[in-house]
Amino acid sequence: MLLITCPYCRMARPESEFHYGGEAHVARPAEPANVSDAEWAAYLYMRANPKGVHAERWRHIHGCGRFFNAVRNTVSDEILATYEAGMSRPDLGDGTKDAR
Amino acid sequence: MASLHRTNGGGRVDRARTLSFTFDGRTYQGHPGDTLASALLANGVHLVGRSYKYHRPRGILSAGAEEPNALVTIDRGDGRAAPNLRATQVELYDGLVAESQNRWPSLSYDVGAVNSLFSPLLAAGFYYKTFMGPRLLDSNWAWHKIYEPLIRRAAGLGKAPTLPDPDRYANRFAHCDVLVVGAGPAGLAAALAATEAGARVILCDEQAELGGALLSEWAVEIDGTPAASWVADAVRALAASPRVTLLPRTQAFGYFAQNFVALAERLTDHLASSDPAAARERLWQVRAKEVVLATGAIERPIVFPGNDRPGIMLADAARTYVNRYGVRPGSRTVVLAACDSGYAAALDLHRAGIDVATIVDPRPNGNRTLIEAARTAGIAIEVGATVIATRGRQRVTAVRIARIGADGSAAAGSWIPCDHVAMAGGWTPSVHLFSQSRGKLAWSDAAQAFLPAAAAPGQAQRSAGACRGVFGLAAALEDGFAAGKAAADTRVRKRSFNVTHDLTDFSGIVGTPGTGAHVSKAFVDFQHDVTVRDLKLAAQEGFRAIEHVKRYTTTGMATDQGKTSNLNALAIVADHLGKPIPEVGLTTFRQPYTPVSFGTIAGTSRGDLFDPVRRTPCDGWAQAAGAVFEDVGAWKRARYFPEGGEDMHAAVARECRTVRGAAGMFDASTLGKIEVVGPDAAVFLDRLYINSFQKLGVGRCRYGVLLNEAGFIIDDGVIGRLAPDRFHVTTTTGGAARVLNMMEDYAQTEFPDLKVWLTSTTEQWAVIAVQGPRARDVLAPLLEEVDLGATSFPHMSVKAVRICGIEARLFRVSFTGEMGFEINVPADYGVAVWEAVWREVQKHGGCAYGTETMHVLRAEKGFIIVGQETDGTVTPDDVGLGWAIGKSKRDFVGMRSLSRPDMVRGGRKQLVGLLTADPKLVLEEGAQVTAELHPPAGTPALGHVTSAYWSAALGRSIALALVADGRARIGTRLNVPMPGSDVPVEVVAPVFLDPKGERLHG
Repeated sequence: MLLITCPYCRMARPESEFHYGGEAHVARPAEPANVSDAEWAAYLYMRANPKGVHAERWRHIHGCGRFFNAVRNTVSDEILATYEAGMSRPDLGDGTKDAR
Repeated sequence: MASLHRTNGGGRVDRARTLSFTFDGRTYQGHPGDTLASALLANGVHLVGRSYKYHRPRGILSAGAEEPNALVTIDRGDGRAAPNLRATQVELYDGLVAESQNRWPSLSYDVGAVNSLFSPLLAAGFYYKTFMGPRLLDSNWAWHKIYEPLIRRAAGLGKAPTLPDPDRYANRFAHCDVLVVGAGPAGLAAALAATEAGARVILCDEQAELGGALLSEWAVEIDGTPAASWVADAVRALAASPRVTLLPRTQAFGYFAQNFVALAERLTDHLASSDPAAARERLWQVRAKEVVLATGAIERPIVFPGNDRPGIMLADAARTYVNRYGVRPGSRTVVLAACDSGYAAALDLHRAGIDVATIVDPRPNGNRTLIEAARTAGIAIEVGATVIATRGRQRVTAVRIARIGADGSAAAGSWIPCDHVAMAGGWTPSVHLFSQSRGKLAWSDAAQAFLPAAAAPGQAQRSAGACRGVFGLAAALEDGFAAGKAAADTRVRKRSFNVTHDLTDFSGIVGTPGTGAHVSKAFVDFQHDVTVRDLKLAAQEGFRAIEHVKRYTTTGMATDQGKTSNLNALAIVADHLGKPIPEVGLTTFRQPYTPVSFGTIAGTSRGDLFDPVRRTPCDGWAQAAGAVFEDVGAWKRARYFPEGGEDMHAAVARECRTVRGAAGMFDASTLGKIEVVGPDAAVFLDRLYINSFQKLGVGRCRYGVLLNEAGFIIDDGVIGRLAPDRFHVTTTTGGAARVLNMMEDYAQTEFPDLKVWLTSTTEQWAVIAVQGPRARDVLAPLLEEVDLGATSFPHMSVKAVRICGIEARLFRVSFTGEMGFEINVPADYGVAVWEAVWREVQKHGGCAYGTETMHVLRAEKGFIIVGQETDGTVTPDDVGLGWAIGKSKRDFVGMRSLSRPDMVRGGRKQLVGLLTADPKLVLEEGAQVTAELHPPAGTPALGHVTSAYWSAALGRSIALALVADGRARIGTRLNVPMPGSDVPVEVVAPVFLDPKGERLHG
């Protein structure tokens, strides 16, 4: 059971209070009618699946209910950072920020 | 009562008290403080089990958790039978009933021993060869008589109990600064240091008494205090601190991410009788800031032919039986010593009055001090020798020793009569928990063992003492204290310990002594009967990776997970492959360290609490009315209300006729309900649902359809506008949580600019649907000053009303095609209002109906059920709901996907009705729809039947189906292949009743 720090509650809580929400920073196009089929398909279906550092969404569903983002190493399960929804991904100085 | 097999004094058993127990029906005596194993040995019982493959007689090998042979079933009555318990860990109590396993009809005369004759057929990989290769014997005989029984037994030696477990199990979450696993010398010292620092400490140990190896010492003094007294002092000091939790009888069995450690505490199994209300075991889920692993080490057997006979045991176990339990495990012993602990055992056995015939030491150079001590005690020593054969059927009677030559070969030597052999092959650090924590291990040549190297990220833990290769009491105590200090507070003053009678060499040998050329049928894994020959065979057959060898030979895969065998197996394979051990690798250590009962893991999640059931406020009424229920998600819903012995078909037909003819009432409380509130509530719903809500008037309702971004229907429901900024949204019964989560997701992350608040109100409202031509007459007397007329309160309206004096939300909606109302009252008033409505319904000849009738009525009208007509690949247009899409909308969730090429391409499956040529025949839901009557194999289906019912209103069967280009096929004939016959069907529009909606709007 992972410990996850909710950036809104500012405390580490057990994983069972949270729901996983898929890859983070996949923004819905502001004007879907104006994007091409290929761009829309990429938004719908194309996701990174890295072995290593991954920015992803979580929801503190059995706590404050807020969605937030976390940077997690998918190999070690280490959660390197959590931050509020809408904030940009923090640079952890490991070269993974722009790797997507 | 003095026993021949008890020492004259000493040990930690209470000789003043005697306990009776039975083993395979025979009654024996023991003392408090005994384990089942020590008590059996004290009665001269060495044969305690049969091996799993060859049914060879097996004795007690160890004195601890690593025991592979002495597995027993303890029966405490009333279904309380626990199989595969290690006799070495079972505490003796008065009246204990133990049974041996894997033997028939008895331990001494076991028919299965005939398997030894078939041993050539049972070598490594026999499962695979049996399944994959040609049958060795041409008939099914071998399969039924040999292979299948063997494979069935492979699931475990003991038999699982068949009755429900009557015991209770407890669960506790705990947090601490320092969790110390293992209360041997290193663990006790670590706990003392952490306690001195003021830390909150949990100290757990699987044994009944804390102290570990120190409990088996008689001569050792620590700082001038005898070991036993030192342990007692330490435990007293720890127990005195309110910040320390001591957990004896508690096995740490799993080490998970971020210092999350699972412990299993045995609470009542050691008691002759206990309060039936008391929990049997407790699962502790501990989150520790720091973990100190002080899990010790396990002595290795030595691999020599015939090393599995009863009476052959680990040297340190023999020493423990003599020193701690006051038991003589034999009368004449041969000690095979590859490290110091063998000599220590020989000296202690000698002191206890056992004739130590000889010490055989495979090493050319042993510890000179210990050799001198043994010589002084008059014990013969053979240096540079090993055992190459043993005799004895149910107990060892002699061993043959041989000198190991310069070339590593062993020449046959003399037979030495004995009834006990003690083997000291060296010590394997118990790195199981460290490895479970995902720490990396590294091979140490000096220790001849894998030792903890790098810790995994997020695991604030350290190993101390023997489990990290720090052997010797003084070193382990100091290492433990240093670990506890580092874990808690580095300001604690360093401590050193002055220890007498300390040992130094623990490495021993791995694999076989000498070259091993003389060794073939020598057992490596006792529990799974894996021999040296099996391992060599696996290597010869091309297996190179140890994980493959493990699976092919099943070495290390028994309930003991190879605690005594893995390293020897690894060394033998490495030797055969000509590779160094670290290159062959190491198998993965998995939870649990020792088996944990299912009850402990399940805890209170059993029966009604396993998967809690949701019941509506009117559930009790429906039960009293004799409803038959069905599960819908976690809900129990009334399916139909049979009267006078009706079956479902008859009851549903009657309910359908009554609703269409008069009125029916239906419990719709399970519908998901979400209150959407805020100045932007209408805009928000516009962006989520396909429909338009901004122009929906207050007091009006709309049927809403929700898509995912891929354009597929995922939910639907009626949405009513109660105020400009307040909507009452309903969802499907199963979709409530999912839809709220999706709404929250969009509200928080995509549209954070919108001012909207979402609240689940599913459980706040009881919902009573009243449907049918008399519905208005049913409700009118119960409502205060409300005009239910078709013009003042038309179909798809909502209004705040008082019913029976209670504030309610009244909807005029219909899922039956009849005039319909849904009354939402606060859940606590649900039954009262239901009963009031019921009285009125009866006056009009109405009935209560269940979900089955609801399904038929809606199918007659072609109303879809999400999840039945849709399966996550269905668009609004596919099911004829294209009209619901707001015409002027620029965007809603899933809108963009509806114009993707695949969504507008011809050939999509569309909702249609099907009428069978034979009106009595009801199609199978899920049946395929084809163009041809007898399509050749491989012909793709045009679609499938999604709903099929008997329609009482139409006097015939009806069906809904998704069919490729279905709307263009209306009026044509298709076919539905069914078991036994292919059914011709006519494709029709999916509305069977009142297509103009005259009844609905009446």
